[in-house]
Amino acid sequence: MQPIIELKDVWKIYEIGSVKINALQGINIKVNKGEFVSVQGPSGSGKSTALNMLGSLDIPTKGTVYLDGHDISKLTESNLATIRGKKIGFVFQQFNLINTLTAKENVMLPMIFQGVEKEERVKKAEELLKIVDLQDRMDNRPTEMSGGQQQRVAIARALANDPEVILADEPTGNLDSKTGVSVMDFLHKLNKEGKTIIMVTHDEYTAKNADRIEYLVDGEITKTVKK
Amino acid sequence: MIDEFIKLSIGTLRKRKLRSWLTMLGIFIGIAAIVSLISLGQGLKISVEEEFAKLGTDKLLIQAKGGFGPPGSDLSTNYLADDDLRVIESVLGVDEAAGLLSGSVKVEANDKVRYTYLAGMPTDKSLSLIKEFMYFKVEEGRELKDGDKHKVVLGNRIAKGDLFKPNLKIRDRIELNGESFKVVGIYEAIGSSQDDSSIFISEDAYRELLDEDDKWDIIIAKASQDPDVVADRIEKKLRKHRNVEEGKEDFEVSTTAEFLDAVTNVLGILNVFLVGIAGISLIVGGIGIMNTMYTSVLERTQEVGVMKAIGAKNRDVWAIFLIESGILGFLGGLIGVIIGVVVAKLAEFIIAQTGNSIIKAAMPWWLIVGALLFSFLVGAVSGVAPAYRASKLKPTEALRYE
Ligand SMILES: Nc1ncnc2c1ncn2[C@@H]1O[C@H](COP(=O)(O)OP(=O)(O)OP(=O)(O)O)[C@@H](O)[C@H]1O
Ligand SMILES: [Mg+2]
Repeated sequence: MQPIIELKDVWKIYEIGSVKINALQGINIKVNKGEFVSVQGPSGSGKSTALNMLGSLDIPTKGTVYLDGHDISKLTESNLATIRGKKIGFVFQQFNLINTLTAKENVMLPMIFQGVEKEERVKKAEELLKIVDLQDRMDNRPTEMSGGQQQRVAIARALANDPEVILADEPTGNLDSKTGVSVMDFLHKLNKEGKTIIMVTHDEYTAKNADRIEYLVDGEITKTVKK
Repeated sequence: MIDEFIKLSIGTLRKRKLRSWLTMLGIFIGIAAIVSLISLGQGLKISVEEEFAKLGTDKLLIQAKGGFGPPGSDLSTNYLADDDLRVIESVLGVDEAAGLLSGSVKVEANDKVRYTYLAGMPTDKSLSLIKEFMYFKVEEGRELKDGDKHKVVLGNRIAKGDLFKPNLKIRDRIELNGESFKVVGIYEAIGSSQDDSSIFISEDAYRELLDEDDKWDIIIAKASQDPDVVADRIEKKLRKHRNVEEGKEDFEVSTTAEFLDAVTNVLGILNVFLVGIAGISLIVGGIGIMNTMYTSVLERTQEVGVMKAIGAKNRDVWAIFLIESGILGFLGGLIGVIIGVVVAKLAEFIIAQTGNSIIKAAMPWWLIVGALLFSFLVGAVSGVAPAYRASKLKPTEALRYE
């Protein structure tokens, strides 16, 4: 079976002046459809960098990233943006909603970039906000919502274009443990329904639910634990 | 998609109300200046053209020139005499010709003494030609007629302005240079403060009062053929009659078309100059928008990262920022147009108070539409560079930006 995302000998080297930082040092990861992969490791080990590669938000210094079989370095910027918008949904630690837009408008935004018709957009956004249990918050702006609610809007937004993969970088990092658990529950449920999930987390809870945990230290995968 | 981007931009601008207003200020001052100046300039042009249309392009004006002082003034040594008028009348293509006298006079009325303009009008059939040129209409009483020795017709401001409060009426008596005259008519206001402040008496009365023999200050001729050709013929004949060489004429023949051209030319130059000044303020406004947009891009770097992560292409980001600066320009322009219209109307009102109805603020559609389009363009053009910068942000770096 073809992996949905594959990193092959991926290096990421940041150059700050004359100093070179090897954020990733030749990592190999294959993610299959429907998998729940957790990426763990100490701070500065390259987890976010790796996740950005997996989400084709960034291009490696060396090595190849395959998204659904396409080498992303061979795609144009606009094709890559379109594929990314269609196949991948992002959830960030700081929620990263657009503050000037309401919850519904935030959820509709990814569909706008894909050129989805207005009627369908509204219907889908309302549906998704119901799923994350925010039906009575649709017209609120992010500043009028709690952290947990904002993160649920962000998850709804990540699901807007029915992506195959959800990438989440410490999605519970800014939430208290109780709300964090409910967000995790929700992501887990999505995985059960068939979504591929790749998540960076320090959380013990995920460790138990993930199909696989990749441990990163100094930009290298030191251990892979499968269940 | 565009409508969504517009909504997005308006949301952003609303959130930063104060800054949006301040940014628009730069644009709307420029646009308001342009709209009001062009509106007044255009209004002036229209009314000048209307005046000339009333005159018709078949009129020729002949005046003495050279000597000292302006033609018609007492200092001028050259003048047109009665035989000049006869010569002009005899020129091929001249339908009719008439002379006019103009000077100044001491007026006493209602126990007040003032100095004002005095015009000596023919009372025979040539009066109708003069009136075609001067465009006076009788409001009260009657016109001057043959044999009117001690009768006057008053310009509107003389009768009803504040020169001789209370208003002068028909049958009132006034003194001109110490001689008593009876008011027989009052003209309608025509909008020029000199004409409305003039006193009109018959040619004979004028000659007697100011002791002028056969002098004419202005001769008006009506051409029945191409006015330019007729003007040349008059020049030729007058040169011979007055015995002057070509190029050294002590008189001047002008056609109404020439006048119109000269006036339109001056107005055109004035317009370019004023609009140039206003244009500079627009450039400054544009720089203001650019500055605001760069700040906005900087502040929203993270937002750009998010948009790219959720599928925005470079050109989407570009469009969003460009629309935002375009809206700043457009709204600034809209306010500017409104303020410009108000200022122009206000100027029209103030000028009207001084007795000159010649300047009316004109609001042609192209001025409004053009101003809006132009302000949008200034906004959009100023946004190009900042929007480009935003569109080129790398998603990961943008997301990391605090
Ligand atoms: N844009 C960048 N420029 C320079 N260095 C960077 C950049 N992004 C990351 N790094 C460096 O690369 C290394 C890996 O960073 P990364 O953010 O992937 O770590 P992380 O595992 O996500 O850490 P944390 O758990 O604190 O989020 C770090 O040393 C970091 O300083
Ligand atoms: Mg990180």
